[in-house]
Amino acid sequence: MASYDVIFLGGGPAGYVGAIRCAQLGMSTAVVEREGLGGTCVLWGCIPAKALLESASLAVHVQHGEAFGVTAGNVKLDYGVAMKRSRAVSQQNSKGVEFLFKKHKITWLKGTGRLAGKKSVAVKNADGKDETHEAKKAIVISTGSRVRGLPQVGLELNKTTVLSSDEVLVLERAPKTMAVIGAGAVGCEFADVFSAFGTQVTLIEVLPSLLPLEDAEVSAELARSFKKRKIDVVTGAKIGSAKVGKDSVTLTIDVKGESKTLTVEKVLVATGRAPNVEDLGLKEAGVQLTERGFIKIDARLATTAEGIYAIGDVAGPPMLAHKGSREGIVFAETLAGLPHVQPVPYGNVPNATYCHPEVASVGFTEQQLKDKNVAYKVGKFPFSANGRARTAGETEGFVKILADPKYGEILGAHIIGAHATELIHELVVARENELTIEEVDLAIHAHPTLSEAIAEATLDAMGRVIHA
Amino acid sequence: MATKVVMEALSPTMEEGRLVKWVKNEGDTVAKGEVLAEVETDKAVMELVARGDGVLRKRVLGEGQTAPVGQLVGVIAAADEDIGSILSSAPAAAETAGGGAATAAPATPAAPAAPPTPGTPAPTATQAPAATQAPSAPAPSGPAPTAPAPSGPAPSAPVPPHENGGRPRSSPLARRLASDRGLDLGRVQGSGPGGRIIKRDIEAASTAGPSAAPRPAAAGDYTDVPLTQIRKTIARRLTESIGPIPTFYLTMEADLTRTAELRQAMTEAGNEFKVSFNDIILKAVATALARHPEVNAHWLGDRVRQFHRVHLGMAVAIEDGLITPVLFDADRKGLGELSQEARDLAAKARARKLTPNEYTGSTFSVSNLGMFGIGQFTAIINPPESGIVAVGAVEERPVVVDGQVVVRKRVRFTMSCDHRVIDGATGARFLQDVRRMLENPLMIVY
Repeated sequence: MASYDVIFLGGGPAGYVGAIRCAQLGMSTAVVEREGLGGTCVLWGCIPAKALLESASLAVHVQHGEAFGVTAGNVKLDYGVAMKRSRAVSQQNSKGVEFLFKKHKITWLKGTGRLAGKKSVAVKNADGKDETHEAKKAIVISTGSRVRGLPQVGLELNKTTVLSSDEVLVLERAPKTMAVIGAGAVGCEFADVFSAFGTQVTLIEVLPSLLPLEDAEVSAELARSFKKRKIDVVTGAKIGSAKVGKDSVTLTIDVKGESKTLTVEKVLVATGRAPNVEDLGLKEAGVQLTERGFIKIDARLATTAEGIYAIGDVAGPPMLAHKGSREGIVFAETLAGLPHVQPVPYGNVPNATYCHPEVASVGFTEQQLKDKNVAYKVGKFPFSANGRARTAGETEGFVKILADPKYGEILGAHIIGAHATELIHELVVARENELTIEEVDLAIHAHPTLSEAIAEATLDAMGRVIHA
Repeated sequence: MATKVVMEALSPTMEEGRLVKWVKNEGDTVAKGEVLAEVETDKAVMELVARGDGVLRKRVLGEGQTAPVGQLVGVIAAADEDIGSILSSAPAAAETAGGGAATAAPATPAAPAAPPTPGTPAPTATQAPAATQAPSAPAPSGPAPTAPAPSGPAPSAPVPPHENGGRPRSSPLARRLASDRGLDLGRVQGSGPGGRIIKRDIEAASTAGPSAAPRPAAAGDYTDVPLTQIRKTIARRLTESIGPIPTFYLTMEADLTRTAELRQAMTEAGNEFKVSFNDIILKAVATALARHPEVNAHWLGDRVRQFHRVHLGMAVAIEDGLITPVLFDADRKGLGELSQEARDLAAKARARKLTPNEYTGSTFSVSNLGMFGIGQFTAIINPPESGIVAVGAVEERPVVVDGQVVVRKRVRFTMSCDHRVIDGATGARFLQDVRRMLENPLMIVY
C-alpha cells in the first residue's frame, strides 16, 4: 500500500503524458500499466505502423529510382525484416517513456488495475497478487481501446486468417492476397504497406469513399492514387458473408446491388476500436458510460464519480493519441489549479493518415459546411504546380483551405500529398490562434518548399493565386 | 540543489500577487513548508511557503511589489551554492510570465491601487484591505475544490483594465470581427490563453444584447422606436456602469428650513438674486466635494485619480434621453453665477446646442428628479466617476423637533458610490457635510 496524489490506470499517450505533467506540477504520481509504457500508440499503433510505412515508402522509392539516376539492382522486399525493425523502434520508444518516468520520479505499478473504493486502486501484478494504492487527489482512467473483429458477418478475430492491426504488425511475411475491411486511417495505412510489399490488396469500405471522415475531394484523390498503385478499392460495399477456412477466407461482398466473391489469404479487420471499460469496477464506483460505451466525462474530464477522471480513447472519440495527450495535460493543469487552462480544443484536433500520399486535415470538410449552411470560400493549390514537389517527383495531391468569405477565418484545411502530416501544422497553429488566411499569406514562405502550396492556397481563396 | 521561489497561484483565479511582507530574511535557514512571505492575492492575504530546504539566499521581489504567477520572487539554496544563473534568468522569466498582466519593474512601487496618501483622512474602512488588486472578482464558487474547470467561454469576472494604455491582447480574427461590429476590444473580456480575446468572446459580447431582449409582443401592441445615437450611448454607458461597478447607496435627509429662508431672502432682494433649491444643492455638493477629494475621484482601473478641482456634472432630461453638462469649478463660483450657468446649460441641452467640451470632463455628478415629485431615488454612476448624488423633491414633511411633531421642508438625497473608490464611512462623511451645508447655508457662503 502506497499513497500518491494521482494514479493513472493505463500508460498510453493519454496516461503517461498526463502523469509527466502531474509530476512536473509537483504531484506524486503513479501509473498502472500491465504491458509496456506507451500503450497502443507506442507498441501496437502509431509508432510501429509508421515504421512499416517508412519501409513501404522506401520500397516504392527504390523501385522508381531509375528516373532519378539511382538504380538499385535486385531489390528484395522482406516484410519480416521490416516488421522486426518496427518492433525495435517500438521498444526504443517504450524504453524512452520508462526513462521519462524515472526522470520525473513517476512510479510504474506493473499489473492490471481496477477501482477499489473511493480513493484507491487495486493492482494485480504478474504473480496474481493484489496490492491496494491510495490516490489522494485523483484517479484517472486512461485504459485506451482495443481492436475488435466483425463477428456480425462471421469475421471473428482468429490470429491466423482474420487479423487485427495487432497481428499484422507481427506477421513474418507479407501475404499474397489480403482484404482490408474498413478504409479509415488504419485500413488505408496497411493497404499501403502490404501493397508496397507485394501483396494484392483489396480495400473494402462500407461508406462511399476512402477515409470517410476526410473531405470528399481528398478521398477521391486518394482513391485515384491507390488505384494507380493497383490497390483494389471497393467502396459502398457491404460484407454479405464470410467463410473462414484454415488458409484462406472467402468473402461475399455486395456492391451497388451486385454480389461478388473474393478469396484471400488474410483479412485485416480495421473497422474501429472498442474502449477498454471492462473489469475496472466502473459500475461499483458510479462511473457512467455514454450510449456508445465510452466513459462519460464533462469539460473538466471528470467522470460521474467524484475524484475519478477519464482521458484518451476510453473517454470518447476522436480516438487519437494526440487528443489523449492533450487531455492528460489539461487534466493535470486543471487539477493543479493553474490559471487560464484552456479546455481541450476538440474542434481543432488534426487528423493524420500516413499512407502515400499522406492525408492530413483540421476543422470542417466542405460537406460539413454545406450541411451546417455556413458560407465559405475555397482556396486550392495542386502540388503539381509546386516547385519542390516536382523536384521530389511527388506531384500528387493538393492543399485545400475553406475560409469564411468575409473575415477569412480558417474553417477547414485539407492536405493530400507528400509530407501532408507535417505540413498541416502551419494551418493548425493558424486556426488555433485565430489567424486568418491573410496572416498565413503575410508570413513569407521559403522557396522552394512544399509549404508554399499552403500560402498559394490562401492566395487562391483571396482570388490572387500566383503560380496557377 | 537550489529551489526557485516563485509567485504561486494561491487561489484558483489568481494571476498575480503582491508581496506584502517577507517573513524570512536573506541568510535565514528555511525548511520545506515554512512560511517565507505573505502574499496578497485577488482574494486575501496568503502565505507563500518554501518548496525546498536550504538558506533563503535572495529575495528577488521587494515588499509591496507585484509579480505574475510563475515569476521568480526568491531563491533557496545551500549557503555556498552559486545561484547566479538562476538570478540572471529571472528578468527573462519575468518577461515571459508578464504577458498581459502588470509586471512590476523592480524599482517602481507596484501596488495597483496605492494606499491613501499621507494627508488625506484615512478611511475608516469597514472593508478588509484586500481591494488593492484591479477589479477583484467575487469568488466564483468553483465546481470542485480539487479541480476548477478550465477557463471556458463564460467567464464572469469584470473586464480587467488593459495595462499601460496598451491595446488588449486579441486574435487577428477577433480584431476583424470586432471592428466589423463596432465593438471596442477594451470592453470585451478575453477567455483565450493568458486572457487573450478570441472569437468566442466577441460573439458572446455581441450577442449578449439581443438574447436578453424581451420576446416581442404581437404586432399592433407596440411601436418600434429606432434607437437614436444618444439612446445608444446612454445604453452603452449605463450597462457599462451597473455591471462592472460595485455600487452601494447612501441616503441622507436634510432640513431645508434655513435654505428656504435664504431663498426667500434672496428673492425678496430682487429677481436677479433668485436661485432655486437645486442651485443651492449643487453649490452645497460642489463645496463638499472640494473638501472630500476621496469622493471627487475617478476609478482608472489601475489607480484612483482624486481631483483638486470640482467639475460638477448636472443631469438634464431632454426629449430623447438625458445629458450631463458640466459646471466647471462649481465650488469656486458664486451661487448666482452657478445658478445662471446651470440655467444656461439646461436650456442649451434641451435645444441640443451643447458642444462636447460642455458635457465632458465632469469629476462627479448630480441628478435631480424632484421636479417630478420623486421623493428619493438612486442614480447610475457615470464612469469613471465614482459617485453620483440623486436629489429628490423638496417636500414638507412632519418631523420631530424637540419632542414636537412639526412640518418642515425636507429633501432626501442618495449617493451611489463605487465601492472600489468610496467606502461606506467615506461616503457617509461626505453626505454629512452636504447636509450640514444645506441646513446651515451660510457655510456655503463662507
